[in-house]
Amino acid sequence: MIEIDINKRLHGAEGEMFLQMNVAIEKGTFTALSGVSGSGKTTFLRILAGLEKAEGVIKVDGDVWLDNTYTKPTQDREIGFVFQSYALFPNMTVGEHLLFVKKDKKLAQELLELTELGALVHRLPATLSGGQQQRVNVCRAMMNRPKLLLMDEPLSALDNTMRTKLQNEILTLHQRFGTTTIMVSHDPSEIYHMAQRVIILDSGKIIDDGSPKKVLLKTSGSAKFSFEGKLIDIMQVDVIYIAIIAIGQQLTEIVVSHDEVKHLSIGQTVNISTKAFSPLVKLSQ
Amino acid sequence: MIEVLQNLDLTPFVLSFKLALYTTIILFIISIPLAWYLSQSKSKIKPFLEAITALPLVLPPSVLGFYILVALSNTSPLGAFFEEMFDIKLIFNFTGLVVASCIYSLPFMVQPLQGGFETLHKNILEASYVAGKGKIETIFRVALPNMKPALLTGLIITFAHTVGEFGVILMIGGSIPGETKVASVAIYEMVEIMDYTAAHIYSAIMVLMSFLVLLFVYIFNAKQARKIGRFHT
Repeated sequence: MIEIDINKRLHGAEGEMFLQMNVAIEKGTFTALSGVSGSGKTTFLRILAGLEKAEGVIKVDGDVWLDNTYTKPTQDREIGFVFQSYALFPNMTVGEHLLFVKKDKKLAQELLELTELGALVHRLPATLSGGQQQRVNVCRAMMNRPKLLLMDEPLSALDNTMRTKLQNEILTLHQRFGTTTIMVSHDPSEIYHMAQRVIILDSGKIIDDGSPKKVLLKTSGSAKFSFEGKLIDIMQVDVIYIAIIAIGQQLTEIVVSHDEVKHLSIGQTVNISTKAFSPLVKLSQ
Repeated sequence: MIEVLQNLDLTPFVLSFKLALYTTIILFIISIPLAWYLSQSKSKIKPFLEAITALPLVLPPSVLGFYILVALSNTSPLGAFFEEMFDIKLIFNFTGLVVASCIYSLPFMVQPLQGGFETLHKNILEASYVAGKGKIETIFRVALPNMKPALLTGLIITFAHTVGEFGVILMIGGSIPGETKVASVAIYEMVEIMDYTAAHIYSAIMVLMSFLVLLFVYIFNAKQARKIGRFHT
């Protein structure tokens, strides 16, 4: 059990704010942390890692990591941290990265095989693709068999295929090592796929906390499909209006009535839902 | 001409390079912790330390030499202490030159190292801390190997700058053959007695060696940049 009750003054984009979090995280669970940029997610991870100061209490299985008088050094926390920027050591090969953390060749071998990095063991980071670099980053974090694995948007820079592959690899590692994992992510499908719990932050405070199903599924009532999107444009065509709405990376045209247009303005976040049809699901090309 | 070359006294060059070597080694050891502190610190005393470190860059060598002379002479507490405790005189001998050179060349070692530490991405150092490594291990296994160009620049420029020292040496060491008469001082004396042939030869040797050293630094740095790539993200 990880008990966290912390407080920190942050200088955000919109002036000062307080990061105030009081949560308990079960051992061995996978928790996702989400929220808009600047809401304090990365800072929260860095405080857990001991890379940033804060006031309050952090206890891990009864062991004090932070209280009024004591801050446990990062080096003694036995954690793994997966940096968004990879943060690999340019002078070390893939194999050396893992052995730098711990001289455990058997574990290194196992991790490299699991993530299909075996053939790249003598390569320097500069010669690896983004996906390969992030795998090295993840393997390095697993090398000291962390009690707590912290990941700061580990997959945000990767394409979809690589994302799915790495999601599965991270899940496998999480289960095999029995780690407690906290991952920052913006991608609802990723959170749904990987996490048992999702915590949503806004301006340093928890605004939602629960299972991904409860927090992320936005359909209500009898609506079958419900998407959040951004209104890009409204065009008048004869007597009707067509709204261009961006849902994720996809642009769609939706017919809207004159009455509806009155309440809409470009740039707004809107909800699109429908109920009276049965959609087709086909494999995409 | 050939006769002049055969009779060339190489002692001043040997002295110059011995002095440069000692100074470089001592400054390297002193500068790593100092440069590391300056690169990581957000303390209010940091600008003061930076300004003091950079002082030898702007002060005329005569000013610096004068203060060092006063500070190290046997009438000063420091000079008296060394003379009584260790029987070491700190002026008008080689030891004094080493001490003075270390002060004079300090910024040439500290500044490249500090710059090197500062260009490393913070996350790289943090990744090492998370892996359970302390500051010293992080400096030697992660920071220094990833800033080889800065490291080499610091070492070579310090060495070269010490070889090229003149004013401070003249004030602290005088010109005692085999003890404090380094190449730059020897050339000055040759010009004074109008021995232009010898001055030409000595000067040409200095130009050639300095050029080769700098050429080596630039070739090495270009190679390193290609090998590691722009990877400080």
